[in-house]
Amino acid sequence: MRIVWIRMGVIAATVLAVEALCQSGIIDPFTMIPPSEMIAELVSMLVSGEHHDDIALTLTNVGIALVLAVTVGFAAGAILFVMPRVRRVVDPLLASYYAIPIFVFYPLFIVLFGLNRYPQIMIGFLLAVVAMIINTLNGFDRVPRVLLKTARVHRLGRMRTISLIILPYATLYIFTGLKLAVAYSFIGVIAAEFILSGDGMGYEINFAYNNFDNQTMYPLILLILIIATVINMGLYTWEKWFRQRQTER
Amino acid sequence: MTRSAIRQSFDILVLIALMGLAWQGLYEYAGEVALTSPLETAALSSQLIVSPDFWPHLEETGLALVQGLVIAIVCGLAVGLTLGAHRLSAEVGEPILVALYSIPKITLYPIILLFFGIGMPAKVAFGAIHGVIPIAIFSMGAIRNINPAYIRTAQAMRLSPWALARTILFPAAIPEIFTGFRVGFALTLVGTLLGEMFGSQRGLGYLLMVAMGTHDMAVIMSITLLLVLFSVLVSVILLSIDRYLHRFT
Amino acid sequence: MVAHAVLQDVTKVYPGAGHRGSVEALGQVNLTLSMGEFFSIVGPSGCGKSTLLEIVAGLQSATSGTFTFEGQPVDGKVPDGIGVVFQEDASFPWLTVRDNIAFGLRRQGVPREEVARRVDYALGLMGLREFASAYPAQLSGGMRQRVCIARTLVLEPRLILLDEPFGALDQQTRLLMGDELLKLWRETGATVLLITHALDEAAMLSDRIGVMSARPGCFLEIVETGWPADRDSRIVERPELARITGRLWTRLREESLKAMSEDRVTS
Repeated sequence: MRIVWIRMGVIAATVLAVEALCQSGIIDPFTMIPPSEMIAELVSMLVSGEHHDDIALTLTNVGIALVLAVTVGFAAGAILFVMPRVRRVVDPLLASYYAIPIFVFYPLFIVLFGLNRYPQIMIGFLLAVVAMIINTLNGFDRVPRVLLKTARVHRLGRMRTISLIILPYATLYIFTGLKLAVAYSFIGVIAAEFILSGDGMGYEINFAYNNFDNQTMYPLILLILIIATVINMGLYTWEKWFRQRQTER
Repeated sequence: MTRSAIRQSFDILVLIALMGLAWQGLYEYAGEVALTSPLETAALSSQLIVSPDFWPHLEETGLALVQGLVIAIVCGLAVGLTLGAHRLSAEVGEPILVALYSIPKITLYPIILLFFGIGMPAKVAFGAIHGVIPIAIFSMGAIRNINPAYIRTAQAMRLSPWALARTILFPAAIPEIFTGFRVGFALTLVGTLLGEMFGSQRGLGYLLMVAMGTHDMAVIMSITLLLVLFSVLVSVILLSIDRYLHRFT
Repeated sequence: MVAHAVLQDVTKVYPGAGHRGSVEALGQVNLTLSMGEFFSIVGPSGCGKSTLLEIVAGLQSATSGTFTFEGQPVDGKVPDGIGVVFQEDASFPWLTVRDNIAFGLRRQGVPREEVARRVDYALGLMGLREFASAYPAQLSGGMRQRVCIARTLVLEPRLILLDEPFGALDQQTRLLMGDELLKLWRETGATVLLITHALDEAAMLSDRIGVMSARPGCFLEIVETGWPADRDSRIVERPELARITGRLWTRLREESLKAMSEDRVTS
């Protein structure tokens, strides 16, 4: 618990330092407004409902990309696991996938699908899906042989071995894939909105920046960071709890 | 060549052929307006590489990438190694680094532009902040995971701190640190390109956005192809170095 | 004595993979297990003990020869009435101890009250009652093996196979677990086939001990111990034990040296 306090202290100290730098004028308000002002503006923004549409749109896009990535990723991972020859051929693609800057496909998608939500969802999906595939495969791979032998001793058929032994064991690793898919869906959709789009939070931040509207820009940035951090850290903590219960460390 | 190496090369050729066929198929289906065929794209790409108009942009992106990488490596190592050296700092710092890893860093780009202004410094900074986090995380992990038995052995042998670092700590930590570099490279590339796509007048990312504006599908696909080939090539090289370094584990 | 399981001229050859030649794991194994006896197998490492156990369990098929269990041939399919405890921990980490033990019963569709009764009995027998709601990861290695044993015995198998179940435990825990195993054996009346590398353990627990040769494994000798059925670990202090153990080692020493020199380092 002491560690949690120290961590809070470090974060608080950083925020206070930034606040001090802004208030004293070392950082001028055209570059950055003080954190206290960011929070105040954010609260009033949320209360007034000013950007609720954009927030809802972005979160919906992220949600769609996520659901697609998780379902397609899990299914693809499962299929690859039971078809090892196909897996062998696809493996180099999976291994080097995250070296490729997926965002370079964004202009391509815009020209193909138009300037709407689909290219953004595509980017979020493409970024997240492979993490899900890789971790699904990892989970299935890691099932210890002795558990598979135990399944045979209990005379479980193929389907029951999968549902009663392989899936429960792999859940922990598949959850890691889910955690990554969430983070990547966020990053993909928001970055796409940012580079070019017509609405959504990314667009609003872009717009505010171009109009020198720090009072809108910073609170929106803060909001995205808060949402992303809360969700990601929530999943991270849940995974840790899960892991502690099921594996000895 | 060993039998498995031959089989692997064959598999990769099959994969490339399949992807090429899928591309050609999509082209036939979607038509000239939507896509460019693989052959045309390849032709245009080779033209681009030798075209003098292209080189300044290539140089711009390349310079930004290299500078961003250097900063990411230096800062990442510094943060990771210092945090990892003590249990307390490592436990306090790890969730913070993980949280920073999973936020959509593009939202920080306007802040960087406000601080650095438009141009090379902003791009370099943006690339660097993408790459520094994984390098820090992996370096921290590398130090933390050093088997304490190694330290005790060194103490029993009465090694000086420098000898301990040189002969034991360094070789033990290098594999994981290098993996951090590998991931850091991919992310720095993403950051640099994103920076160019958003607020820049030069570079490959900028060219992509221009081509998108004029619906110049051929150029979009050629640049995309060049970037994908480049990142895959570097990734393959880094992966083999990574495997070589990990050959004993 | 009634024959429970019969191995006749069983051999096992693993085909070569890549540049390695084929491996002859078992050569001409003959064994008849009597109903209700406690039989141990000892032998040098790599002699094929685990392979033999897997053939008996129905997890692997023999290359030649036959194995019959309760009159029916067994060939690569696990027959009803056999329970196996493996060397590695096979407890299910996502289930509590109670759910682990109940696993097989629930799969067989046994009614709820019966499941609860039998699981409770097994928890008591294996000393796990206060850990019933814990997860395996929270238990020690010895406790987890107890969970695996409980999970097996709750199905009331007629032949229990154990592959070095106490390998990871310290000597004192092993002796106590041996006592529990004997208690189980007496209460269930099952036939027990135990593989162990600990000679004193084999000598103490078994009615008969089979000494296997180095690879390709076959039985060099079968030693009868002549212990009474109500034995426990306190026979450790009897001189006959030392004699039996000594006889086992005399037979085994040469084979073990042979096995060690043949040992190639594997990754």
